[in-house]
Amino acid sequence: MTTAATELRAQQDRGRKVAQNREKWAQGRTYISALVILVWCLAPAYWMVVTAFRDVGFTYDTSILPTHVTLDNFNTAFDESFGNHFRQALINSVFIGVVVTVVSLLIGVFAAYALARLNFRFKFLVLGFILGASMFPGVALITPLFQLFTNIGWMGTYQALIIPNISFVLPLTVYTMTSFFREMPWELEESARVDGCTQGQAFRKVIMPLAAPAIFTTAILAFISSWNEFLIASQLSSDATQPVTVAIASFAGAQPNQIPYTAIMAAGTIVTIPLVILVLVFQRKIVAGLTAGAVK
Amino acid sequence: MATELGPTPVKKPASGGTELHHAPKGVGEDNVIASQGRWASWLLAPTIIALAVVIVYPIISAIVMSFQADAGLDPATGLFTEGGPAGFSNYVNWLAQQCTSPDGGTVACPPGTLGSQFWSATATTFFFTVVTVALETVLGFWMAMIMARTFKGRSLVRAAVLVPWAIPTAVTAKLWLFIFAFEGIANKLFNTTILWTGSEWPAKWAVIIADVWKTTPFMALLILAGLQMIPAEVYEAAKVDGASAWQRFRMITLPLVKPALMVAILFRTLDALRMFDLPYILTGGANNTTTLSILVISQIRQGFNVAAALSTITFIIIFLVAFIFVRFLGANVVEQQTGASKGKK
Repeated sequence: MTTAATELRAQQDRGRKVAQNREKWAQGRTYISALVILVWCLAPAYWMVVTAFRDVGFTYDTSILPTHVTLDNFNTAFDESFGNHFRQALINSVFIGVVVTVVSLLIGVFAAYALARLNFRFKFLVLGFILGASMFPGVALITPLFQLFTNIGWMGTYQALIIPNISFVLPLTVYTMTSFFREMPWELEESARVDGCTQGQAFRKVIMPLAAPAIFTTAILAFISSWNEFLIASQLSSDATQPVTVAIASFAGAQPNQIPYTAIMAAGTIVTIPLVILVLVFQRKIVAGLTAGAVK
Repeated sequence: MATELGPTPVKKPASGGTELHHAPKGVGEDNVIASQGRWASWLLAPTIIALAVVIVYPIISAIVMSFQADAGLDPATGLFTEGGPAGFSNYVNWLAQQCTSPDGGTVACPPGTLGSQFWSATATTFFFTVVTVALETVLGFWMAMIMARTFKGRSLVRAAVLVPWAIPTAVTAKLWLFIFAFEGIANKLFNTTILWTGSEWPAKWAVIIADVWKTTPFMALLILAGLQMIPAEVYEAAKVDGASAWQRFRMITLPLVKPALMVAILFRTLDALRMFDLPYILTGGANNTTTLSILVISQIRQGFNVAAALSTITFIIIFLVAFIFVRFLGANVVEQQTGASKGKK
């Protein structure tokens, strides 16, 4: 009897040990996979930053750690003697991005509220139309707009860049905010009213603070997608109004047949770092906003 | 804004939120829907009008343009043409690759002209789409499965995948151009001497690798969101019942994540079909990396109307692909959006 019991216990111990080992092995594999993902995602971005700080004479230096560190490339990026307008392009991108974001939010917030909170006929149709609009190919807009803007003398103006951007930023804002609004605890508005708040107070003190993060996240997503736009800007902008994406794509160096990689990487770093910081700080919200349309 | 969103008597019945979906159809419901409908149409009007101006008007205008001939010197013949109605000749130019000939008839577009590149650009576009979306789905799924596990540093990984997504595509293209430069780090690391942007297949793979790097995170996050909707008890129950890891993946994970996965694939496919920035900056469309979007852009300065025909064709192709996805593959984006599926869960 006792031998059977000890035997059983030993067997259980062995089983536990095997399970523990398997657990450890699985955990180890998870860490290796996580490391692979980290390197795959960060290495190219790291390479951009390292190159941005590398002396132009050592552009093709392939040592992984920073070498020949210098800030010259950032000066070159802002240098206008080779026909680059990076400083102006930064201002343009911020300006276009802010206008597009504000306009899209102002218009879109009402639509999102209606889609999230009201029950009405043709809701499917409206949502389908808005989602379809966000998937709309930019090239299908560019041809008629190119002709229209040429005819009315808008080529190279800010409005010629802002209006097409609204075509894809507005649908994005509407469907991101719709799914945020749907998740909000609207009963609180009612409770505040019961507790004696006026309608205005309930809205200001209860709904606004709750909706603010959703609206702010949507604003970041809207700004990023406007900031990244290239196709339309590459065709409709002029030297004076071109955004950073176009400026970087056409960045020229001292020698016409030599691409000034270090300066381009410096410009790319300047364009990217604020975005990356913004995204990392608001990581949770951004991920929620990005995936809002797909699940839920 | 306070006045707009305030509960006028009209809006008040909506305070119950989604309960309306489930409530048994009462006597007053038709009235409620009608009054909410009126309220909704006011709220939706600015968005619908704005989209009509920036999207619907250009589509219609492009379709009208595509049936007009371009005035000016015909690049193929060197003759001056008047413009005016052109019937389907702009579409024939692309689909049948027939250009106008000096005698007024049509001949096969000579090699090198844009008209002769339509089918190869279509093939390239679909090749890029199929390969990048397939790679992104597999890699994204794998990344999502890893990120769904609990381990120290998980939030670091989740933050890291946002980095490629946050870098503008134009910058990504320049970055990979540098990585794939002849003396660049790619050739050094793999000890190769490939002229990446200099010949067809390396150029194609350069575009594919850069695109996969940039957009896999988006895919991974969408799939991760889908994975997180699956309750852990389901896996526990399956484990108790003795299901192997593979069985759990095939019988639980895959079917339950399918709706989110299909939406992610649909989004990525439609995005890949209009791919422009990466090949345009990385290879300039050389070595058979010209996508339909690049072809439209090249055509614009040679004639709006012929370009309008091609952009309309591109639009129809993308529309058809979206239709096939939604109709036959069950990527029901709209239903997920309206929350109609919520009631079923």
